[in-house]
This record gives sequence, C-alpha cells and structure tokens, in this order.
Amino acid sequence: MTLDCLGQRCPLPVIALARHIGRIPVGATVTVLADDPAAANDIAAWCRMKGHRLVTSDATAFTVERLS
Amino acid sequence: MKYTGVHAGAPDGARSYLDAATAAPLHPVAREALLAALDDGWADPDRLYADGRRARRLLEAAQAATAECLGVRPDELSFWPSGTAAVHAAVLGGLAGRERAGGTLVHSAIEHSAVLHCAAAHRAAGGDSTEVGVDRLGRLDLDGWRAAVAAGGAGLAALISASHEVGTVQPVAAAAEAAGAAGVPLYVDAAQSVGRAPVPPGWSLLSASAHKWGGPPGVGLLVVGKGVRWRSPYPGDDRHRPHSPGAPDLPAVVAAAASLRAVLGEAAAEALRLSALTERIRTRVAGTVPDVEVAGDPVDRLPHLVTFSCLYVDGEALLHALDRAGFAVSSGSSCTASTLRPSHVLEAMGVLSHGNVRVSLHRGTTAAEVDRFLDVLPGLVTELRKEAGM
Repeated sequence: MTLDCLGQRCPLPVIALARHIGRIPVGATVTVLADDPAAANDIAAWCRMKGHRLVTSDATAFTVERLS
Repeated sequence: MKYTGVHAGAPDGARSYLDAATAAPLHPVAREALLAALDDGWADPDRLYADGRRARRLLEAAQAATAECLGVRPDELSFWPSGTAAVHAAVLGGLAGRERAGGTLVHSAIEHSAVLHCAAAHRAAGGDSTEVGVDRLGRLDLDGWRAAVAAGGAGLAALISASHEVGTVQPVAAAAEAAGAAGVPLYVDAAQSVGRAPVPPGWSLLSASAHKWGGPPGVGLLVVGKGVRWRSPYPGDDRHRPHSPGAPDLPAVVAAAASLRAVLGEAAAEALRLSALTERIRTRVAGTVPDVEVAGDPVDRLPHLVTFSCLYVDGEALLHALDRAGFAVSSGSSCTASTLRPSHVLEAMGVLSHGNVRVSLHRGTTAAEVDRFLDVLPGLVTELRKEAGM
C-alpha cells in the first residue's frame, strides 16, 4: 500500500499513516510519500511511539512495517 | 476582555503567560531601577563632563554588581544590545581570536539558532564547523564531543548550558574538561540558566540575556575570561576588551543588573517551586493526554521549562487554541517557524516535532494557573484531533 502525501504538511502524513496501519495485516508494510521537512523525523517518532518499525526512510518515501 | 466558548478556561479573561523562556515578565526591581536610571543614565558614559561621568559611574556600578552575581571580574564582562548580539560576539569574536590556532567551530546540535547562524556565517567565510549530536533526552554525546574537540583544527567549542527548548541540562563540566585538555576554549550560552540555576566552571566565554531572567529586553551579557583570546568581529572597534559598538542602553543595563541580584536572591526557592510545577505538568500531561511525548531529561533539567508533543495535532493550531483559552506558550513545530522547518533541537533528539508545546514558568506563575492549563489542555487536544479526523 502506498499513501501519497506529497505536498501535505505535518501532521497530515502521520495522520494518514495512523489511519491506514490498521488496514494492513501485522508484518505487512505501507509506504508513505511525503515531502514535508518534518516527515522524516515525525514518521520515525510515530513508529517508536506506536510500536511499529520504520523499514526504510528515503528522502520522500518512508516504508513502515506493522508490528502489532 | 472575556473569552467565550467551550474551552475558554480563562475566568474573567485572565491570561496566563507561560513563555518565560522567550521573555520573562519584567521583575519589579528591574522596573524600579529602569525608571530611576532613565533620569540619571541618559548621557554617554564615554564623555568626560559631569553628566557623562555620572553615566560612567552607573555603568561601572552595574558592571561590578553583575560581575559579582556571575562570580567573574568586572573587566571580563561586557553588555550587548541583546542576548543574540552577545552570542554573535562570543562565537565570532572567539573564533577570530583563535584564527591562527584553528578554524573549526565545534558545537552541539541543540545550540540556539544564533549559534547555528554564526556557524553558517563562519563556513561562508571559509571556516569550518563540526556538529555533535545528542541522545533522545537531549543530552550531549560526550564521546562525540571529545573526539570533535581533539580532532585538531578546533578554534572554539560551543555548548548551551541547558536546552532552551526541552530543558535538559548539559554536561558542561565534562565538556569543558575535554575542551580544556584539547586546548580549545569553551563558549557556554547560559541564557536559560543565569538567574535560575548555577553554571559549572571551566568555560572561557559565557553569554546571557537579561529578559530571560526578568530584566528588560535589549541587554545581553558577554563574559570573556582573563587571558582568553577574543577579537572584535565588528568594524571600528579599537578597544582592547570586548565592547559592544555604540553607546549602551544604560537604563536597561542598570535594570538588568539590579534585577539579576534580586532574582538570584530568590533563585533557590523559585527553582524548587517551579521544578515541582513543571514536574506536575510532566506527570499530568503524560497521564491525561493520550499519544503524547514529554521531551527532555525528567531529572537533570531546568526548573522552569517543560516541552511535550501531541501526535496528530498541528502545533500552530494548538498554540492558537491555547491562546484563545488564555495561555501564552511557544512551539517548536515547523508550522510555527518562519522557515517551515521543525525545531532542530527536537529533530536532533528524534522527538516528535508536530503538536509541540513548550511551557516555561516565571516567578509570577501560580499553581492555580498551572492547574487551569492542565484542566484545559486535554480537551483542546481532543478537539483538534477530532477536527483532523483522529
């Protein structure tokens, strides 16, 4: 699953991620496309706070694995 | 003015100013001294006639009193037009004085933006800079720091005494020891500490800002220790000791000196009182606001400052909602910054940057105000999350 949040300001990409993580099975991944300058930091922080895993963090592409 | 609405938590429009880390309300002693000095301190203290000499005596008295408060010699201390101006003078003057020894500025990743802007200017002028990271609590990576100051070519090392954004006290003594062993002078930005908490010795240059402790705005302090090399980075300054170009705002300087002495007399008791209030905020926010991250070291921190970030909340929207409810706070979220970038401090710590609020208390802050803030906050966060569809 890919969520296109390009052009959206934080916290919108993180909100999109939180809304969709429950729709994928545990162990599956979702990729967020986001170019807000806060996205890299805040998606990583969200993963830590909510107990998911940031698999890859590119400039504007962030792949998250649902862990629980 | 009355505030209305569901979350208008301000009885009779009472406002709670909770942004002392930006500017503390004027201390009554500062106000008194300022008014008195307006009459006596208008002349140029560099002139030799009677009015000038009177201004000179006022300046020297303010200098002596402030130096005594800081535990330094009067001739090591100079007054600058703002805390930021003192930071610039410390960093650029400290680097200029060490030009032949080394061109690299070593600094922590959580310095005030004034230091980072100096680093950028230094690089643009052909110099170099090395940034040293912090851990999740915002505490300096001492191993990285030791390596950076010992790497060779370091002209100056800069470390904030305690984070102005999250309150974490920095290991200044250990950082000073490492810098000293490498022969590199240490500059400490003590703007959030002076007047509130002691700063460990070992530094070569130190700066502070009067309006952070309840003095008037527009007074920065710079201390350059005896024997520390410093060269003015400004044109037309032919003095041997650091000195701000132009005439000082003498009434403000006098008020700063008077209030510093008053504030230090209250500091120990205030630190205990405010530390208990910020502890209450840390605990209650974590307990009443879901999905919140309270930032900074829970123990080794400034007494008056606490920062937290709420998931799924726009920092600017929360700041405005709190303002409507009667609370003035600041935020490190990107939407509240002119650059649209998140706070470099929160980023360096890896702490959530959106939905960020910094609350900082002062001598006028009451427990009732803090409780009212804590009563109002959860509802505002819930409302904003609901609006965002969470």
